[in-house]
This record gives sequence, structure tokens and C-alpha cells, in this order.
Amino acid sequence: MNPTVATGAMGFLTGDGLAGYADAIAGFVFLIMLAITVIGGLIACNAERLVCAVSGLALCFVGVAAIYYYLNSPFVAMMQMLIYVGAVCITIAFAIMLAAPEDSQKNGPAGPLSGPLAFITAGLVTMGLIGLAVNTTFAVLPKLNMGGVKLIGAELLTSYSMVFELVSIVLLIAIIGSLVIARHGRSK
Amino acid sequence: MSILSLHNNLNTYLFLAAILFGMGIYGLVTRRTLVGMLIASELILAASSINFMAFNRFTAPDPTVGQIFTLFIMAIAAAEAAIGLSITIAVYRNYKTVDTEDLVDLKG
Repeated sequence: MNPTVATGAMGFLTGDGLAGYADAIAGFVFLIMLAITVIGGLIACNAERLVCAVSGLALCFVGVAAIYYYLNSPFVAMMQMLIYVGAVCITIAFAIMLAAPEDSQKNGPAGPLSGPLAFITAGLVTMGLIGLAVNTTFAVLPKLNMGGVKLIGAELLTSYSMVFELVSIVLLIAIIGSLVIARHGRSK
Repeated sequence: MSILSLHNNLNTYLFLAAILFGMGIYGLVTRRTLVGMLIASELILAASSINFMAFNRFTAPDPTVGQIFTLFIMAIAAAEAAIGLSITIAVYRNYKTVDTEDLVDLKG
């Protein structure tokens, strides 16, 4: 449909015969990244120990970053690596060290919904979403631009400047609020 | 269509997002601890971000909008993770546990 991904990833191969090889390599790497994402997600939601679950989550986020790269968005892929793999996973690991001792953890089902019923629920939701994706025809509109980093910056500070400022305020309030909540009872 | 050209197909990304969403819901239901539930909710957010980016790449006329929206999702998810983890730590200080079955003070 659009060879820009292949040329973006394999831009140094410019010959006619090599372009096909580059496309094939890009497709192969994409399959690997797909497998990494799914395996990481499976580890994140199935691992018995929470430390393993966080490692699986980090693996899954690395795969998602690669998938963003294949979707023509290297900037968002970099932000995914920085924010999710670099910050969120580390924060969750700290929370596990501070608040979730492994020895006092109970095992077994967590309630009436867990076990096979949870599997059926998640499977039905997945099947529903996949059916929706297969049975819907999406209207493809012509592209206005290529969506580079320069355009993202310009849009962020013109059309979406209000949202940008609001997100900044939300982040500030979240930082202060989390400090206040976590600090309570510390001085005793 | 060859298996090596899957990355130029919208449905591949939608299937991946659906699978990640299902795994997130499964983890959210089955996890016993608050931290585990938070990990599962991160999977759900990643699935929604992949959906936004896929439609942004294949159907949207202006490819910057979806990327900006995904950046906002990342910012909100970071704020959510910080707040959720500090609440988890506060709960652990008060109850000495983060198991969802032991936090029954508000149970009717």
C-alpha cells in the first residue's frame, strides 16, 4: 500500500533488487516485534510474581514502540520508550519493592469472576473487537501531509495549545497529589 | 497477500490491539493485588494507543492528530500510574496489605 515504512527503515538500500529484500526484512522484523508484544503481554497478565509481570510489561512496551515505528511515527516510538519503558515500568517496580512483599502474597483465584470465567470474558471481548475490525469497511481519506516531528510541534503549540497546557496542569497536580498521598503517615 | 507484508495492513494492528485489550481485561479480573491490576490497565491503555495510531496511519487525512492524541494518552497514563502507585503505597501503610480481598472496609 505504502512503501514509506520500508524506505524509512531500510533507506540505505536503494537498488531495484535490494528494495524487495529490504521490504522482506522489514516484514520479518515486524513479525518478530508482533511476537514480542504478544509474549510480553501474556507474561504481564499471567506471571505469578509481580516482578516478572513488570518485566513482561516492559517487553510488551518495547514491542509496541517498534509497532509505532512501523506506523510512520518514530517520534511517538521514542516517547513510548522514554515514558513507558523508562518511567512507568520503573515506577511500578519501585511500588512492588515498597508495597507488595512476595512472601505475604496469597495464591489461588481472586474471586468469582477469575479463572475460566475471566478467560471467557476476555476472549469474548477480543473476538468482538476482531469481528468489528473485520466486518467494517473504513473510509480511507487522502493524506494532507506526512506528519513529521516539525508538524507535530507546530500543531501542538497552535491548534492543541489549550489541551497541551491542560495536560501540563494535570501532570503537575498528579505529581503534587501523589507526593501528598504517599507522604501521609511517613513522619510518624 | 504475503505474510511479510502484514505491516502494511490495517487489520493486523487492529487484531493486535484487540488481543492486548483482552489480555488487559483478563489481568484486571484475575489479579489479586492492586499493583497487578495497575499493570493490566497499562496493557489496556497500550491497546487503545495502538488503535489510534493505526487509524492515524491508514485512514486519517492529517497524520499529526493521532500522534498528538497518543502523546496525550501517554501523559495521562503517566499521571494515572503515579497517582495509582502512591494510593497503593498509602493503602499498604494503613492495611499492611495490597490484596484486594482484604480491603473490605467499605464493603456493605
